[in-house]
Amino acid sequence: MEKKEKIGVYVCHCGTNIAGVVNVGEVSTWAAENLKDQGVVVSRDYKFMCSSLGQELIQKDIKEYGLTRVVVAACSPHLHEATFRNACKGADLNPYLCELVSIREQASWVHTDKVAATEKSKALISGGVSRVVYNEPLEPLYVPIHPATLVVGGGISGIQAALEIADAGYRVYLVEREPSIGGHMAQFDKTFPTLDCSACILTPRMVQVGSHPNITLLTYSEIEKVEGYVGNFTVSIRKRARSVDEATCTGCGICWEKCPKKVVDNVFEAGMGNRKAIYVPFPQAVPKYPVIDRENCTFYIKGTCKACEKFCPTEAINFAQEDEIINVEVGNVILATGYDPFDARRITQYGYGRLANVFTSLEFERLSNAAGPTGGNIVLRDGKTVPKVVGIVHCVGSRDKNYNEYCSAICCMQSLKFAHLVHERTGAEIYNFYIDIRAPGKGYEEFYHRLLDEGTHFVRGKVAEISDAVRLPGEEGKLIIQVEDTLTGNQLRVPVDMAILSAGLEPRRDAKAVAKQFGISCSADGWLIERHPKLDPVATVTEGIYIAGCVQGPKDIPASVAQGAAAAARILGKIMQKEIALEPIRASIKEEQCSGCRICNNVCPFNAILFHEDKMVSEVNPALCQGCGTCVAACPAGAISGTGFSNQQILSQIEGLMLLNIKSHKETVPA
Amino acid sequence: MTEETKSFEPTIIGFTCNWCSYRAADMAGTARMKYAPNVRLIRLMCSGRLDPTFVFKAFASGADAVLISGCHPGDCHYISQNYKALRRFHLMKRVLTQLGIEPGRLKLLWASAAEGAIFASEITKFVEEVRALGPLNWPQPGEQVSTPIMEEVTA
Ligand SMILES: Cc1cc2nc3c(=O)[nH]c(=O)nc-3n(C[C@H](O)[C@H](O)[C@H](O)COP(=O)(O)OP(=O)(O)OC[C@H]3O[C@@H](n4cnc5c(N)ncnc54)[C@H](O)[C@@H]3O)c2cc1C
Ligand code: SF4
Ligand code: SF4
Ligand code: FES
Repeated sequence: MEKKEKIGVYVCHCGTNIAGVVNVGEVSTWAAENLKDQGVVVSRDYKFMCSSLGQELIQKDIKEYGLTRVVVAACSPHLHEATFRNACKGADLNPYLCELVSIREQASWVHTDKVAATEKSKALISGGVSRVVYNEPLEPLYVPIHPATLVVGGGISGIQAALEIADAGYRVYLVEREPSIGGHMAQFDKTFPTLDCSACILTPRMVQVGSHPNITLLTYSEIEKVEGYVGNFTVSIRKRARSVDEATCTGCGICWEKCPKKVVDNVFEAGMGNRKAIYVPFPQAVPKYPVIDRENCTFYIKGTCKACEKFCPTEAINFAQEDEIINVEVGNVILATGYDPFDARRITQYGYGRLANVFTSLEFERLSNAAGPTGGNIVLRDGKTVPKVVGIVHCVGSRDKNYNEYCSAICCMQSLKFAHLVHERTGAEIYNFYIDIRAPGKGYEEFYHRLLDEGTHFVRGKVAEISDAVRLPGEEGKLIIQVEDTLTGNQLRVPVDMAILSAGLEPRRDAKAVAKQFGISCSADGWLIERHPKLDPVATVTEGIYIAGCVQGPKDIPASVAQGAAAAARILGKIMQKEIALEPIRASIKEEQCSGCRICNNVCPFNAILFHEDKMVSEVNPALCQGCGTCVAACPAGAISGTGFSNQQILSQIEGLMLLNIKSHKETVPA
Repeated sequence: MTEETKSFEPTIIGFTCNWCSYRAADMAGTARMKYAPNVRLIRLMCSGRLDPTFVFKAFASGADAVLISGCHPGDCHYISQNYKALRRFHLMKRVLTQLGIEPGRLKLLWASAAEGAIFASEITKFVEEVRALGPLNWPQPGEQVSTPIMEEVTA
């Protein structure tokens, strides 16, 4: 240490979050007395360091004591590092000369032994102080933000996000896996709690997306590869062959009328109806062009047919069409890939797949849909019998340790909606089997009361079994729902004609893979993780990647729309700043020390290190370097240094951390 | 001896990457999961940054054990750098053995940002393992190094 640094240490109480376990006063005094040699000139504790008063305290000290380094012992740097760095900047101290030490997430919240937590806090601060001495003043790297945005998933969340950004005047690439946008909402007849027709509110938005000059819509497409970082992503999109030329197809529909090959539609119709081998998923599909499902098309299987080609008036059918790879440059990304319904087959005792008249919620949506396979007639699997008694089972696969522990948030309301539709269309007697009624949205409780007034029976109890085994008179030909009514304590056997399983929501089967592609993570349940559960619900830990809608967790349409708009607003804010400050954590090679061994060249995952043949030395391209530090660790000549995480910083931090041992058997010899 | 081992509190230095494992620690905190207070963490950007020197420095400074943690294989924020950490880990274990330090004092833990519970329980487990090993005692000059290590050296 040539020049002695002047260091200020600030210990936060975080209300009682830290002070309840860690003796913050003792820690602060200890630092003042014991870290003098390391350069600590002032040490304080304060109730809320991150408050404006707390920040002013630091700023005042920087001025008065001429502090050259600051260590704040508070919460995780992922929460408030930026706050305290900015505070330092406000007092003309380079922000990177401030080090945040986490004594909340790493001490007070995870330890119960107050003495040990206090001692550990001292050690962590000592580590921070030893490290900060070697921090260097840095300037953030500014990179331009590409004004285009990629939206993955064309459900209601993705649609909302795309429209917000496009309306503001910026380009959006909307990538949807299915032949049409619309997502789950397109499958519904009515939406709770207002019972407005889903198609009526959704399809105008879909049309807007399809015709918006700022939206490039890529359906039947998937993300192939993502490269780059915030502001500058390069995305490869695989546009699967539709076998239909979009430039010439008018969407007249003759092809799917003439196509002789019927296929059970397991996606849009949830297995309840058929489509052709050449098809649009539903009449209002956007875009209007059909696709040929090559797995089922007679021509692709047997080599003959081509009926669609014969009848197409514009010669739009192209059997030889191939997948296309489209590369786009975008500055930001929104993932809005939604959910999969829980597979009710997994709960074998409910009989789905075995007992004909057990339906899933999505099947019932199609059954009750005026545009669905029965024209909206609620009938049994035979296609004609109107049920007289209907049982609706809530929480299927949700709030259940054996399946998903979380609440799927929408199943109570969807069950009430089903009950209302059955009542309205059939006049049947209805039983809702619930654990708790969860109706926390606007107008939701009122909807529940409406159902009570309609005479729907509510039985509080988790259904044990649905079977067709007759035990009592009157049960013949019925499905028996076995349940304990937990309000009366009675075991009930309720005979019904139709049972509807209100299946919960699950993360998409490929959610993990998608998350990985974009460098973000999933929770243990499999939902994509937001940056902060309360304060930053649509951003993720990876700059430039946002999430919206059910991909983040179960939610209803209003919440999905709100998140789509929120993500769009966040991105518009970024686009308008035109450039973004990146953490200046980069590697650099000292030319004089480089031996030209080229070991570093191969360890870099981003090919950021190039080799100068003439000088026989390697060099880091700072625009490509992401700062992982692997080359720093790999260089046998020690010629590479990493800003923000230099060897000196870390080695010194180790010494600092070891300054005192917890109730140790041996005396530490201060290094 | 048993008495002494029982009261022995190991000090462990832990290295985490910025993206998954440090966030697992954050997650353990946010969820108020409890674990042993013996580990002191150092945040690196990636487990690939882990210079073996850091590990040896930690032992030299008096740590009884060292924990290395990063994203699960395949999940590294920088594509594949944790595989490099994995290779270095095996190498370091070998070197430690040759230096006469039990390889059980070095642990590698993969933890995703969602695995706060695993992070917490693995730390508590590791602390118990190190407690059982007892304090790290460097062989004194001239002290007989145990036989298996000799075999390893001459092999
Ligand atoms: C039976 C049922 C009834 C419901 N009824 C109501 C109701 O009445 N009122 C209400 O408010 N809410 C209701 N909901 C909830 C509602 O469905 C959701 O809130 C809403 O659909 C969420 O929209 P989303 O855009 O987030 O997801 P989704 O609707 O799931 O859309 C996601 C889109 O992304 C696409 N996609 C997925 N993965 C990829 C990929 N890797 N690449 C490209 N594209 C991809 C999908 O094809 C889909 O088009 C109901 C849910 C169910 C199950
Ligand atoms: S018949 Fe031709 S123009 Fe008409 S929808 Fe089919 S492909 Fe398009
Ligand atoms: S080739 Fe035949 S089976 Fe295939 S889509 Fe055209 S009409 Fe249908
Ligand atoms: S970023 Fe976590 S191991 Fe590389």
